[in-house]
Amino acid sequence: MKRFLMALAFLLPSAAFAAGYSGPLDKADYDLRDKASLQRGAQIFMNYCLGCHTMQHQRYQRTFEDLGIPVDLGQELLQFTGDGPGDFMVSAIDADASSDWFGLTPPDLTMVARVRGADWLYTYFRSFYEDPSRPFGVNNEIFENVGMPHAVQELQGVPRRTYERRMVDGEMRDVYVGIRSDGSGRLSDEEFDQAMLDLTAFLVYTGEPMYLERQRMGYYVIGFLIVFLILTILLKREYWRDIK
Amino acid sequence: MSRIIDWIDQRIPLSNTLKLHVTQYPAPKNFNFWYLMGSLALVVLVNQIVTGIWLTMSYNPSAEGAFASIEYIMRDVEYGWLLRYMHSTGASFFFIVVYLHMFRGLMYGSYQKPRELLWIFGMLIFLVLMAEAFMGYMLPWGQMSYWGAQVIISLFGTIPFGIGEALTTWIRGDYVISGATLNRFFALHVIALPLVIVILVFLHLIALHEVGSNNPDGIDLKKPKGSVKEEDKSPYEFHERYTKKYDIVDSIPFHPYYTVKDLVGLAVFLIFFAWVIFFEPTMGGHFLEPPNFEAADPMRTPVHIAPVWYFTPFYAILAAVPNPLGGVVLMFGSIVLLFLMPWIDRSNVRSIRYRSSLHKANLAMLVVSFIVLGFVGALPPTEFWTRIGQVFTFLYFAFFVLLFFYSKNEKTKPLPERVTK
Repeated sequence: MKRFLMALAFLLPSAAFAAGYSGPLDKADYDLRDKASLQRGAQIFMNYCLGCHTMQHQRYQRTFEDLGIPVDLGQELLQFTGDGPGDFMVSAIDADASSDWFGLTPPDLTMVARVRGADWLYTYFRSFYEDPSRPFGVNNEIFENVGMPHAVQELQGVPRRTYERRMVDGEMRDVYVGIRSDGSGRLSDEEFDQAMLDLTAFLVYTGEPMYLERQRMGYYVIGFLIVFLILTILLKREYWRDIK
Repeated sequence: MSRIIDWIDQRIPLSNTLKLHVTQYPAPKNFNFWYLMGSLALVVLVNQIVTGIWLTMSYNPSAEGAFASIEYIMRDVEYGWLLRYMHSTGASFFFIVVYLHMFRGLMYGSYQKPRELLWIFGMLIFLVLMAEAFMGYMLPWGQMSYWGAQVIISLFGTIPFGIGEALTTWIRGDYVISGATLNRFFALHVIALPLVIVILVFLHLIALHEVGSNNPDGIDLKKPKGSVKEEDKSPYEFHERYTKKYDIVDSIPFHPYYTVKDLVGLAVFLIFFAWVIFFEPTMGGHFLEPPNFEAADPMRTPVHIAPVWYFTPFYAILAAVPNPLGGVVLMFGSIVLLFLMPWIDRSNVRSIRYRSSLHKANLAMLVVSFIVLGFVGALPPTEFWTRIGQVFTFLYFAFFVLLFFYSKNEKTKPLPERVTK
């Protein structure tokens, strides 16, 4: 049944996403039940994203509770804006000023994963590359001329488009092999990928904080409905026995 | 208990109405899967009204607050996410059951004499339902809400002689889509149109019970009085309103037989419904489109504006015509022709079971065209897909034209005297 419905869903043409990139995306293999991953993602978000971006629909307390962080500890280590734990995760940046600095106010990220998809985010974070022609010295392979600086350069190092000399069709040519860090970052390549996966997971979580609760409840509801179905079938048979 | 009922019966016709429409209402005994859709549509209507009332309690119908209030419902209202997903999933399921219900009518000729008004009330419900769904989709005030509404409302702008422009301004209540538009759409969505739908559903049911249900064989089960032998009559007690004029065959009381059967259908339906609500509420971006998780931004157009899936067949017809006015006329024409089905189909045989192979093929063509148009309407327009859309728009209309001509002298099979199964 589930398979059949999924097949139906994917038979329909997939809705197009903004930003116009239609190339392949890396699969974000995240796990919303992995609280350690979500906590690391939250840490990266608070330290590197919240400076400019806002989550105007997500509250600190809800985040701490859902991620298994004691609220007082969360407030001490992760809450840099607002007063109480019930406040929304709003950036301290001035919207008009940021609009002047970046060309537009950095978008709200509460549901960015629902708009773009997890794979897009995971690929996007790892697609910045050095481009001196841009105001912030970086560009992005899946979001051309993006207005955003490479916020996590401190973690990744300077990402460069890398070419290797290879033999192609009997000729030596420079072949593009992807983006490679110059090694100046605090994290290794594998660690950086994991960090961006954690961040992606966190953004997926904030997009729909009730995701796990929804699924859990779904099993009970459908379980109940199956019992209900069996009872209705028996009832119907009993009544229809005498109808020829 | 019986004294209370007597007391009520002396004041309003409670028992008699229940007998007339429920416990002694003759329903054909050969209803199949397709006959579940009507009662399911009623269930979805109730679902929409009840969840809608609760959503209204926390929703803020203003351009500044609408989007945030939806997220407030999703995050801070107890089980608000469940109410919202039940409502959004219900909208899509409404169209699923209504499309299946309409297909049933086409298949078994349920629009033919004497059920023309029944069919027209049904078509009116469909029309109002589309307006209701369209206005509801605007309320979250996301990017697709805004730009989808922009496209649909601008359709009226194609009307010539300066009427179109004045009309669109009148509909929007502003020169652009704005908070004023949102406010009036909210009013129409939560009270005006639901009221119209409920009244039309009532009339639909009155018309149904007046003429009686059709059945998969498309034959009359109410025979002229005195024409049926006593042992062939249905052995159940039916209301004298029905038995006074007719001898009733192959029928059973609606309650308890169809209430228990519809319960089985309801259980199966709810399993599908719950599966979407709890495991796939966006249905891969078709029930809730990804751009709609971003607040409306009048300064930024989405790359690809596609209507929600249930509108895409009509959208594809609209897009198939290069001339905008022509497209609008054709799109409305595709619905008007459905209204006229009782007069386009001139056959005396109702059910597809006893009609010609030509008719079967023709109806299959309509279904295929509708589905293909649904796909095309959801895709970003390219030359290839527009061409495909044109071909299937032609085939969609060809159904009605062909039907009108062959149905008059169609070679049909002999009808059975009694229902077959």
